[in-house]
Formats: sequence, C-alpha cells, structure tokens
Amino acid sequence: MIRSMPHDHSDHDHPHSLLPPEPALRVKALETILTQKGLVDPVALDEIIDTYENRIGPRNGAHVVARAWSDPDFRAALLEDADAMVSEMGYYGRQGEHMVAVENTDQVHNMVVCTLCSCYPWPLLGIPPGWYKSDAYRARTVREPRKVLAEFGVTLPADTAVRVWDSTAEVRYLVIPQRPAGTEGLDEAALMDLVTRDSMIGCGLAKAP
Amino acid sequence: MTRLHDMGGRFGDGPVVPEAEHVKFHADWHPRALALTLASGSLGLWNIDVSRHARECLSPADYGRFSYYEKWISALADLLVEKGALSREELAKGKALGASDLTHKKLKAESVADVLAKGGPADRPSNVAPLFKPGDTVAARAFPENMIVTGGHTRLPSYAAGATGQILRLHGSHVLPDSSAHGLGEAPEPLYAVAFKAAALWAHAEHPDDEVIVDMWQSYLAPA
Repeated sequence: MIRSMPHDHSDHDHPHSLLPPEPALRVKALETILTQKGLVDPVALDEIIDTYENRIGPRNGAHVVARAWSDPDFRAALLEDADAMVSEMGYYGRQGEHMVAVENTDQVHNMVVCTLCSCYPWPLLGIPPGWYKSDAYRARTVREPRKVLAEFGVTLPADTAVRVWDSTAEVRYLVIPQRPAGTEGLDEAALMDLVTRDSMIGCGLAKAP
Repeated sequence: MTRLHDMGGRFGDGPVVPEAEHVKFHADWHPRALALTLASGSLGLWNIDVSRHARECLSPADYGRFSYYEKWISALADLLVEKGALSREELAKGKALGASDLTHKKLKAESVADVLAKGGPADRPSNVAPLFKPGDTVAARAFPENMIVTGGHTRLPSYAAGATGQILRLHGSHVLPDSSAHGLGEAPEPLYAVAFKAAALWAHAEHPDDEVIVDMWQSYLAPA
C-alpha cells in the first residue's frame, strides 16, 4: 500500500511560524516554553554546550590519527574495525556509532561530505564547522572535489584519485591523512599537533613539522 | 530532485569558505539551539529519521533562507507540536498553558554525559539476507523517492539515482530510514558502501579516476 504524507504543510501551516521570526528570539521562546512545561532543564542545556565547546572536539580524532601513524598494529586494527578501536580510546558516542576509517595514500585521497544534511563524526571531530554545513560544500563536493580542495589550498597530483564519501547512512567516516615527511622521530603527542580537523575530513593535509 | 535538501551536484552555490578550528558557533543562540534540540530528543517522541524528515519538510522557501540552526529549531518546534508535547497556542503565546505528562522524561544535567556517550546505534539484526558482495555491479533505483510513502523520507540522493556502481563493502544491517521516518517500523536490511565512478554520475567529471561512495540500503539497489 502506498501511503500519502499526512503533514506536508504550506509555509503558514508550520507551527514554527507561530514563534518570533528572529532566530535568537525563536530559540529563547522555545526554551522558555519547554522549561516552564518541565520538559527541558536549562542546566542540562549548559552541560551539553560545555561538552561540545570544551570536551569533545577534533583533538580526539587527532589522537586516533597520531596513534595510527605511530603504531602499525593499531593502524591495521583501526582500518579493520574502527568502532572497536575508537571505543577503546573512549571516543564512542552520539553521531559516531558506526565509524569507518579511510586512509589517504599516494594513490587515493579521501574526502567526506553529507549532501543530504550535515552528518559528521561528532565524538572524534566535535560539531561540524560552518563550511561543512554550507550549501556550497554539500552541493559541490561530490561533483567537483578538486575545485573544493583548491579552495582549501590543496592541489593533488594528477595520478591521485579522489574518493568522496557521501554520509547518507549512520556510518561516519574519519580520514587518516598521510603522515608528513620528516616526522620519523616525533612521538604521538608531537604528531597530534600536525593533525588538523580539515585533514581528517579530507579537505586539508596534515601540517609539516 | 524531491526536496531542496537533496542538493548534491547542484550548480551555483559559490565558494566554500574555510574557517579556523577554534570557531565553534557563529552566534550566541547557536549553542542554545543545538542543546535544546538534543535535550528535546531525549523525550523519546521521535527518532533521528523523523527529525531529519522534519527538517526536510520545511517549505523550500524556508529551507533555502534558514541557517543551519534555524532549520533545527524550526523543525523542532514543528515536531513538538506534531507529537503533542506542545500546542500551537503555547508557541503563539510564548508560554506553557498546561501540565505535561512527559516531565519524567526530562533530560537531567547529570545524565548528559551518559546519553551522549551511549549514542543511538542504527545496526540491528535482520532477517533480510545480503544479496550482494564486494565487487558486485549494482544499479541504484531510478527514483530518488520514498517507495512506501509519497513525498516521504529517503536517503537515496538524486544525483546517484539510476547510476551503476560497484559494491565496496557491507556495513551490516541497519534501520531503513524510509520506513523508520514514518512510524512504519525499523525494517532493518543490509547497508552497503557503493562506489560510483565520477563519469557515471556527471556529464563532465573532473577526473576519470575519481569516485563517489554512497551508503545505500539493499532495497535501493538492483543487480546490474
């Protein structure tokens, strides 16, 4: 049986149009109503914000990458079963329930996008940057990844293929950037400093030491 | 194209503007909108597919002009009313007009860390056997539309509809958004990463060796 959509509304039928149009006031109004109603605790909101402002961010992913660069057994295990490895490091969580690590090489450069919304591996990289959520990134990355890369200052050799991963399901992708040359003597902590957020989305390269 | 969110491959959006890693939010209300959405999700009135669909169901005019967190907060208001947690009158008056029977579900500050750490995995046991293995050639369904609900939610992007590609890996069995977004059950089935050559998707591919990998449920695919 084919079902029809019971609630495809025009502009004015949407309940949100009853709230103030200015977004800051819109958020404030909704928080006020939900708090009065006993459905939201403002202290819990503070706690969520503090988590993503101060505790969960791209240094988690950088830790995973630096370890993969330093420890061949860990690297192999990460490429085989990223969920097990990131869980072991304490980085499992919301929007990172099904992780897959993809490794950049001389032959393949991986990039991650979510064309349909803005899916992103939150426990490893934090909340997504503005550009990742932008229409331009969502629309263009699948069609012209090399032009997008150029806007990040990255030009790939002609014999490197680009593989763009469109996150259409609940699987989240972490790019393992190539380890920069001249880093042989560096320990895991020093390597972490070379791993940028953008390099783990595939829009940048790791920094030179 | 079914709805405005399905924008992969669209022309005309201008440059991507990189930004520094320390920038988390661009306005004071952004973190509040994020937190309010996550906390409301804990009431258990909807799943992730329902909430994605609510954002997609914003009118094309609103979807186009709203910023990311405006989409979130507006779809949140729509869902709270649709699921009966708030009334239209409460939104209009800006205050609560009666007691809720959901207060026991309110997310407590001390539970936040656990809730975020626990997440919401989408893999499930399934009685649908995998039909494909890595290397198999498959064709994505011609219609980037929900086949059960007219105008309903789907995760098949229109740029890949009808294209031929190769199975790259099997992710296991996952909840089917096309069903789950509409209260029709989780209907788990095999989920694959499918590799499409750029030339199979675009008239003027940037490079002959480039590929786009799309995660697709088995019911999106046919042997080719």
